[in-house]
Amino acid sequence: MKIGVLALQGNFREHIRTLAGLGVEAVEVRKPDHLVGLDGLIVPGGESTAIGRLIGLYSFEEPLRNFQGAMFGTCAGMILMGRGGLIGQVDIGVDRNAYGRQVASFEADFPLADEEKPLRGVFIRAPRVTDVGEGVEVLAELDGDPVLLRQGRFLVASFHPELTDDTRVHERFLDLVREDMHVGA
Amino acid sequence: MSELATMRVKSGLAEMLKGGVIMDVTTAEEARIAEEAGAVAVMALERVPADIRKEGGVARMADPSKIKEIQEAVTIPVMAKARIGHFVEAQILEALEVDYIDESEVLTPADETNHIDKWKFSVPFVCGCRNLGEALRRINEGAAMIRTKGEAGTGDIVNAVRHMRAVMGDIRRLQCTPEEELFTIAKDIQAPFVLVKDVAERGRLPVVMFTAGGIATPADAALCMQLGADGVFVGSGIFKSSSPSARAKAIVEATTHFRDPEVLARVSAGLGEPMRGLSTAALAPEELLEARGW
Repeated sequence: MKIGVLALQGNFREHIRTLAGLGVEAVEVRKPDHLVGLDGLIVPGGESTAIGRLIGLYSFEEPLRNFQGAMFGTCAGMILMGRGGLIGQVDIGVDRNAYGRQVASFEADFPLADEEKPLRGVFIRAPRVTDVGEGVEVLAELDGDPVLLRQGRFLVASFHPELTDDTRVHERFLDLVREDMHVGA
Repeated sequence: MSELATMRVKSGLAEMLKGGVIMDVTTAEEARIAEEAGAVAVMALERVPADIRKEGGVARMADPSKIKEIQEAVTIPVMAKARIGHFVEAQILEALEVDYIDESEVLTPADETNHIDKWKFSVPFVCGCRNLGEALRRINEGAAMIRTKGEAGTGDIVNAVRHMRAVMGDIRRLQCTPEEELFTIAKDIQAPFVLVKDVAERGRLPVVMFTAGGIATPADAALCMQLGADGVFVGSGIFKSSSPSARAKAIVEATTHFRDPEVLARVSAGLGEPMRGLSTAALAPEELLEARGW
């Protein structure tokens, strides 16, 4: 299994480190031809305007939209994958910087679907999911706001699982990759 | 139960800025140009370092109305500078809800002995350093992000390179030093032992380290990235050049594709005049900003 992490700007190094810790080969994706041969892709957090501009500049939109493997977006990645975003396959409305400026950034525990142990989420100038379309499954909520969602082979989080040592969200993504590879085969 | 302003939350924003360019801006219009060019954040200032150098006088925190104007103009994070040791300027910047405070040697220091106690603030701080000891003293005081100082307002990259090499070299040496020698190293570089030990184990600083001070071209940005910087601050280099928007875009691309000479060659072409600049070797010792900070 080989996972790519979009490395235009943002927290790609930590995703690669988390995947390496799980024994998975992970590579940086800086140009569209780096997408070839990948089984899954992570679109990391960062500044969505900066990442969006670099996506446009290197004609990444079509290759990303046409990417056939499983895809996982965190924070800015969720904004790009949500409805109206440059990648835009997940049927959710997303409000950027919805919690306010950096002073309002926070970390909190919340329950994860089908698990007893809560998950610690780090929310940095985080986006908020405003509405959820049919076919989108909410895997975790915080104070009534969906924070981890799945639609088919797409997974999105408004927080940063790569900033904690808890690898359960990445493991769920890897399950999705395996499931998708199986379907594809 | 949500927790605000933990170290993970403070340093987390810097983590998200990695691989990006933070640009000095003095007006809402410049802030919009920077955001449009792909900046990951802007530093709101009254005057860019080159002008502070030229005009002299005491350099202070920017007027709050200027900072608000810039906050309203963009959606990317807005940082602002406080004088070294001037904790009331920092309190004001926190009340304005800037996203990061730069306790900066570019402004005239307010305290000749002490830096701000940054643990007391919810807003995270970035601080300058010339070497590992200075970086770890700032982290010990609560800094959640580090930038090498370089020599601001010169357009001369030589001090930025010296500081990047100093920090990265010190880290590499720590990695092959036996633990019993770390106590003496901590004493020699005037840094807390626990942080020295942490760096020796991780092989990097516990927080993100950007580079700053003298970056004027895409090649300068890529040079610092190849030397190990996590990202780049560009001060006078953009808005003191002949075509700020094109240069800003080129430096952003160079920072992402810093190991790709073909991209660097393409983005370096036809940018017009870079800032004229000053050779740091020609500056008198008292003109050097890098020496500010203790």
